Amino acid sequence: MKGGVVKMNENSSARLKRRLLGIVYRIGLFLAMLTICLPGLWIVLSSLRPTVEIMAKPPVWIPQEISFDAYVAMFSGIGKGGIPVIEYFRNSLIISVTSTVIAVAIGMAGGYAFARYRFRGKSSVFLGLMLTRTVPGIALSLPLFFLYVRLGIIDTHFGLILAYVALNVPFTIWLIDGFFRQVPKDLAEAAQIDGCTRWQAFWQVEFPLAGPGIASAAIFAFLTCWNEFALASQLTRSVSAKTLPVGLLDYTAEFTIDWRGMCALAVVMIIPALTLTFIVQKHLVGGLTSGAVKG
Amino acid sequence: MATVSLKKLTKRYGNIEIVHGIDLDITDREFIALVGPSGCGKSTTLRMIAGLEEISAGSIEIGGRVVNDLPPRSRNISMVFQSYALYPHMTVRENLGFSLKIAGAAKDDMDRRVAEASAILGLDTLLDRRPSQLSGGQRQRVAMGRAIVRDPDVFLFDEPLSNLDAKLRTQMRTEIKKLHAKVQSTVIYVTHDQVEAMTLADRIVIMRDGHIEQVGTPDEVFRRPATRFVAGFIGSPPMNLHEATVDDGQLVFASGAKLPLPGQFKPNVAVGDKVVFGLRPDDIYPTGHGISSGGAADVHQIELPITVTEPLGNETLVFVEFNGSDWVSRMLNPRPLKSGERMTMSLDLSQAHLFAVDTGKTLRS
Repeated sequence: MKGGVVKMNENSSARLKRRLLGIVYRIGLFLAMLTICLPGLWIVLSSLRPTVEIMAKPPVWIPQEISFDAYVAMFSGIGKGGIPVIEYFRNSLIISVTSTVIAVAIGMAGGYAFARYRFRGKSSVFLGLMLTRTVPGIALSLPLFFLYVRLGIIDTHFGLILAYVALNVPFTIWLIDGFFRQVPKDLAEAAQIDGCTRWQAFWQVEFPLAGPGIASAAIFAFLTCWNEFALASQLTRSVSAKTLPVGLLDYTAEFTIDWRGMCALAVVMIIPALTLTFIVQKHLVGGLTSGAVKG
Repeated sequence: MATVSLKKLTKRYGNIEIVHGIDLDITDREFIALVGPSGCGKSTTLRMIAGLEEISAGSIEIGGRVVNDLPPRSRNISMVFQSYALYPHMTVRENLGFSLKIAGAAKDDMDRRVAEASAILGLDTLLDRRPSQLSGGQRQRVAMGRAIVRDPDVFLFDEPLSNLDAKLRTQMRTEIKKLHAKVQSTVIYVTHDQVEAMTLADRIVIMRDGHIEQVGTPDEVFRRPATRFVAGFIGSPPMNLHEATVDDGQLVFASGAKLPLPGQFKPNVAVGDKVVFGLRPDDIYPTGHGISSGGAADVHQIELPITVTEPLGNETLVFVEFNGSDWVSRMLNPRPLKSGERMTMSLDLSQAHLFAVDTGKTLRS
């Protein structure tokens, strides 16, 4: 009888402990997410409130008045506080999409080669590619600037696309190599026996299976290009080539910085990136290859 | 017609030769099993026939046509992989019909052939599932179905049952045998399991270290093993093999124990020859409990102590000590035995084997 009571107490205290741990876990998670999301939230808030409130010390947490003036002004053209946001957006889109497509195409070819073929100097080449990632992009901006000036590709879409492809290719190769390694070799062989050429086997079997991985490589490459500032600020000058991050600088004048306008432009920048990530996210489900081979 | 003929087939990786110029002729509709321990080159040989591995020298003919440099798709073969290699992003139906789709078959032709194959293998209810939703045995069947749909000249099986549990393996073994009876194609079947090879194949090719040790029907390789290796590899439990020296009408073992020299080998050995004596467990039995008790020509009786017994119900494996080691014997109609008990054992020397110590080759003429 007594033993039974003790046992019940043990059970209820274990249950209580588990619940408490659950609550602590949720609080911890909330704090972590808050830390991550707060800057974003602050940008959205700041884009909607007057400069006085933005600069206030101590900070005003709850906005007193909300207005979309900054957004209206942004699109109202030069002279009325506007900047060429449509042009910047177009430049960003062209440069990011083109360089992503190229980087992913090269990444697929390279990643596949590293995953499937044996060739001389394979590991050295791979190491070399990875080492390029250790050089900070900004360190290259000055030599790149001189080179581009000589070649006459400064302040062009092409120049920036070239720089971004070079920036992203090692990364996409590395990522896509990993995903192709996860696709069992047997599958491509089975496809070849089923009548495929090597090329068909790749597109019919290996590509769909590595698809989620390739999509994630594409997102990362796109976001890198979309958000890149250091190189773009060196290599572009005019409205015809400047990207959105560089466009942010339009809000700095000699003596003033229009924080509100800058935040509004930042929001405009974030929205497409966020949308894209959400769209592609559902394709990033792993475990697609389970059941291909034994198990 | 789908004969397969290997001529001096060789595979090298760099300087290392894996398959050393093997010759093999497989007749139409024959079920051939390539069997041997892992690393013996059997899978490599199969992959060369499939076209998944380039050949280093020699030639491969399928249906009289040299296919050395043809890609797998031009060889009209099907292969069932050890891992099944089902396409995970396709349903069972799409898996089965994939080769037809690639070949550009008409929709109704494709449906008909997929339906035929799934009927043969009982996959009708699974056609809309994905491989991840299937059990091991079902995946195995889909893999075979995918091979059937192509209606190939030659079926290649690469250890298809080794991922299944023992019960399912026995079941699928029967299904493969039925399948071969139905589709009547040439089959090349790679396995490391000699029981699979024995039960399925018309002829067995036993390989070791990239060489063919022996080619023969299950009965031939069991009763007349060409080498010591084959003798030890085929049969379960394995043959008792012990080294001995030929003396005047006798075999003298290392411990000094002696057995009469089996009559059939007398013309082929001389006094002083070092030989390996082999006797299957079936040919050693407690007197009165054997298969060949009665009419056997050359039975030698000897009293030996029992070390261990393994009762299997219908028979008992009895380990007896002779020449300082355990010899396994098979006791039919068993009675309970105690270890340490001494029993009169019958050794049917007419079934014995002798192999040369140095070459390992049989001394049977």
